[in-house]
Amino acid sequence: MPLWLDLLVRVVAVMVAFLVLPLVVGQAEHKVMAHMQGRVGPMYAGAFHGWAQLVADGVKFVQKEDVHPHGADRTVFRLAPIVALFPYLLVVLTIPLGPHGLVAQRLDIGLFLVLAILGFGVVAVLMSAWASANKYSLLGGLRGAAQLLGYELPLVLAAASVAMAAGTLSLPGIVEAWRPWWLIWQAPAGLVFFVAGLAEIRRPPFDMPIADSELVFGYMTEYTGLRFAFFLLAEYVGIVVIAALTTVLFLGGWHGPFADQLGWLWTLLKVFALSFVIIWFRVSYPRLREDQLQRLCWLVLVPVSLAQLVLTVAVKSLT
Amino acid sequence: MTDDGERGLPGKGLINGLAVTLRTMTRKTTTQQYPDVEPELPPRSRGVIALLEENCTVCMLCARECPDWCIYIDSHKEEVVVPGAARARQRNVLDRFDIDYALCMYCGICVEVCPFDALHWTPEFEYAETDVLSLLHDKDRLGEWMRTVPPPPAHDVLGEPSKEEATAARKAAGPGAATAAKTARPAAVRREPRQESDK
Repeated sequence: MPLWLDLLVRVVAVMVAFLVLPLVVGQAEHKVMAHMQGRVGPMYAGAFHGWAQLVADGVKFVQKEDVHPHGADRTVFRLAPIVALFPYLLVVLTIPLGPHGLVAQRLDIGLFLVLAILGFGVVAVLMSAWASANKYSLLGGLRGAAQLLGYELPLVLAAASVAMAAGTLSLPGIVEAWRPWWLIWQAPAGLVFFVAGLAEIRRPPFDMPIADSELVFGYMTEYTGLRFAFFLLAEYVGIVVIAALTTVLFLGGWHGPFADQLGWLWTLLKVFALSFVIIWFRVSYPRLREDQLQRLCWLVLVPVSLAQLVLTVAVKSLT
Repeated sequence: MTDDGERGLPGKGLINGLAVTLRTMTRKTTTQQYPDVEPELPPRSRGVIALLEENCTVCMLCARECPDWCIYIDSHKEEVVVPGAARARQRNVLDRFDIDYALCMYCGICVEVCPFDALHWTPEFEYAETDVLSLLHDKDRLGEWMRTVPPPPAHDVLGEPSKEEATAARKAAGPGAATAAKTARPAAVRREPRQESDK
């Protein structure tokens, strides 16, 4: 296969995954959330159980008027949704789907790159918050910044634990080194990573920066139309990315029966299962207050992840 | 994490919350697909008030009792010549019977007070309008709703007999016989409720 064709296939595959998976997760959220609340969710769009609801939403968003607030910093205001969305696209590049190099871009420092790029989300939050010229946006943005910076630490520490266990920073390398008993050994780190990841993508119960009952819609208050759709898409890609990273780092990625042929299926199944859990959390739990949010981060997640590091080192040096 | 009270195992509440939502997901939803599927209304639903024009004698009781004054009645008198009678009789003819559903509070007093059963509750509820003034409905519209009035519910076997039955039974038994409550229900479940009111 010539280089250009190889590149084209990889880029197209990543773009398709980037656009399709969030829609599937979004539709699942509509339906799962509805049934958990005794409703049926969208039923009309697309005739069969509202399967085309998000497509219809997309069409609606495109038609909307492009509104800027009067005092807004237009350039930054326009750039913020792209900045929110783009890092996730880069992260999708590095996530291994199956064995034998079934990954868009095999990187030796994959984990390092992923964590660095995920940390970029705070910039988008601050950009949209400040450029909106709206006090609710600003409050939401500052809450978001405090939350994202705080939860970055347990996220990185938990990921560091599994990287130490595997002895590599490459994401496919970590999956190759993974053994089933790591499920117990790395369980605390996995939990910390998952919870911190939820906070990183501002999903409920960690949606204090958005908090629609007190801050209108946080840093997204002034956004409409396509830009708002980008923020929403970023949220759903965020679900996929956090679920995929947890799968790859802690649940053994493509490991499962017939992993050689069906590895990609196992990865996708685990990703969807974790996405379901994320939706489930949203339906079940009320929003954490700002102080509870910070307490959970600094008094629970950070100590647990540090203890996990010690445990990892101890087990690693013994075996 | 924050408050360690007398709640048993830590995290129990979190698990319970997840269990509740998961259980709800496996149950049947309560959504009614209303415009596609007609709702199943309970018996004696109060949707709108229908008028049986033939029964109305223009006694004006409903209009006077209405707390909102939302019933408008106009009528004129008509002479009816009865063959064999000494003189012509007079009869009220209903010209206008409007109910303003923008004012109506659905108390049902007019239905209760009507001595001739001209007003009826019907479960019909799809009469929304885009203009509040269009909610003033005339006697033709109110008459159309008579088709949707359900048949009256069967008489409660344990309840008191109706006035008509009681009177008929008393007359048949002749003067000085037992009271209506005794004759109408031989196998009395309750013992002679409120005799004095039945006399």
